Amino acid sequence: MSAPAAVLPARGWTRRFRANPTSWLGVALIAAVVLAALLASTIWPLDPLEQNVAERLMAPTAAHPLGTDTFGRDVLARLLHAARISLLIGAFSIALAMTIGSAIGIAAGYLGGWFDAAVTSLLDVLLSFPTLLLGLMVVAMLGPSMGNLVIAIAITELAPFARVARAPTITLKGRDFVEAGRALGFSDLRLVVVHIIPNLLSEVVVVASLWLATAIRTEASLSFIGLGVKPPTATWGGMIREGFENILDAPWLALAPSLAILVTVLGLNLLGDGLRDAIDPRARRD
Amino acid sequence: MSAKPILSVEGLGKRFEVGGGLLRRPAQVHAVVDASFEVAERACLGLVGESGCGKSTLARCLLRLVEPDEGRIVFEGEDVRSLDGPALRRLRRRMQMVFQDPYASLNPRRTVRQTLAEPLVVHGLATGEAVDARVEAALAEVGLPPDSAPRFPHEFSGGQRQRIGIARALVLEPRFIVADEPVSALDVSVQAQVLKLLEALRERHGLSMLFVSHDLGVVRHVCDRVAVMYLGRVVEEAPVPDIFDRPLHPYTRMLRAASPVPDARARFSLPRVEGEIPSAMDPPGGCAFHPRCPSALARCAKERPALADLRGGHRVACFLHSPEAAP
Repeated sequence: MSAPAAVLPARGWTRRFRANPTSWLGVALIAAVVLAALLASTIWPLDPLEQNVAERLMAPTAAHPLGTDTFGRDVLARLLHAARISLLIGAFSIALAMTIGSAIGIAAGYLGGWFDAAVTSLLDVLLSFPTLLLGLMVVAMLGPSMGNLVIAIAITELAPFARVARAPTITLKGRDFVEAGRALGFSDLRLVVVHIIPNLLSEVVVVASLWLATAIRTEASLSFIGLGVKPPTATWGGMIREGFENILDAPWLALAPSLAILVTVLGLNLLGDGLRDAIDPRARRD
Repeated sequence: MSAKPILSVEGLGKRFEVGGGLLRRPAQVHAVVDASFEVAERACLGLVGESGCGKSTLARCLLRLVEPDEGRIVFEGEDVRSLDGPALRRLRRRMQMVFQDPYASLNPRRTVRQTLAEPLVVHGLATGEAVDARVEAALAEVGLPPDSAPRFPHEFSGGQRQRIGIARALVLEPRFIVADEPVSALDVSVQAQVLKLLEALRERHGLSMLFVSHDLGVVRHVCDRVAVMYLGRVVEEAPVPDIFDRPLHPYTRMLRAASPVPDARARFSLPRVEGEIPSAMDPPGGCAFHPRCPSALARCAKERPALADLRGGHRVACFLHSPEAAP
């Protein structure tokens, strides 16, 4: 999750970000996961879907570094290909949630009045549902497919984006440079697009990096309970569920995807924290 | 005031509602009450008063940045309050504002060129190279080097930023400028430069101006006439020499005493008035100034004096000077 420099406030945020070793750890972890997903077939050219009943539930060996599952499929190949699905669903759902959520928040903050009150109340209702439960309801209504999964996860994360975009919109709306724009005869659309959005984008980007981790976790959880991408496509959540049945005799089946989720979520959180601290040093927590 | 007014304001009022909830009625703050004045062509009217007296609200009402609740604003023969859409946009070409805080009034993410070019493009006044030419001309006019154009606001000092703000107000070639405390956020050494610049620009472009300030000393240098506001009302209005040499309203006298007089012979003893400005949510009855007034009469607590015309275009709302001026 990198942001163009022009979008982030003032000078020095890149310096503060670089000076923070934990942000670098986050960058390294995420870079590793993204690279692994992109180069899956190059790193480990086995087919994640090829079944080999003769080699089922094998412990890790040189031929299968992470062993094989109940269908004799190579776990490392499945893990790498699942990374693609997880990252894709995560990225698309966050992009969707960020666009629509921020638009709602900016509209509410800018227009104010009863519209703001109505939107804020609706967001509170949305926020009162646990993420997983809400995702589950939406997938159950729409039916499990990759597109619906993206929509479901996006809906669970609309509210945080709307909130994060709304507050600075209210502040910026009252700033003199926006008032000056109004005095100069600029339209509301121009004031929002040219003068307000660029000044709040950095905050939204930080939230995006933090909530991407949640999106990936939600995807894994939905797959774990069987509402994710349909088998035999490999997903981390699906792999944990399949491995769960053999957790005692073949613990690597569930362990490998769990660790993959852990690394990805940890990396995104470190990256997001680093970005937040770099952009707004006052928000730094000791 | 013999010249034809470019702007005339009559009975302007603005209330804000604060607090309140589902069952509680919100309190009303009367920010501006029944304000009337005129600004002559090419003249500069100063608007002074303590913080919170409603002068900034009044200034913003003129540009419809704040919607007034009542009264009339006539600018160049046009009823400003009835303007809408394109007509309001055209008004904004002719009437511009300079803001107090040069740090808050410029978008930190826009270069000086973008800031100055945007109004020209929005109003379709220039395209292509003509935009750059006009941006350069505007920079030259406020005394900034041409290489300022590609830089961002944070690269400039407060005084330079205020020059950018002035250039932005001038780029549409307005006829009238509302300057809301344009120098009070600046160092004293820089204040004089910016005031001189405003003076020179007013002269060169034949501008009229409303100059809002809490500092009588600053107003003395740039204005022809001064209106003094107290708790949302204009209490005295007069030509600059009258306000300084013969202030009539006790409040004006208090403000006058609070601003230093360089010429020792010009100093004269004025009563100092103690006390804080009362809350605008619950202004005192009668004359709003009576609790702080050293010469308050018994009737001041009960009746409110109207703004009465004395000789020489001197208007004052005080029973000491116009006993018949009951509302």
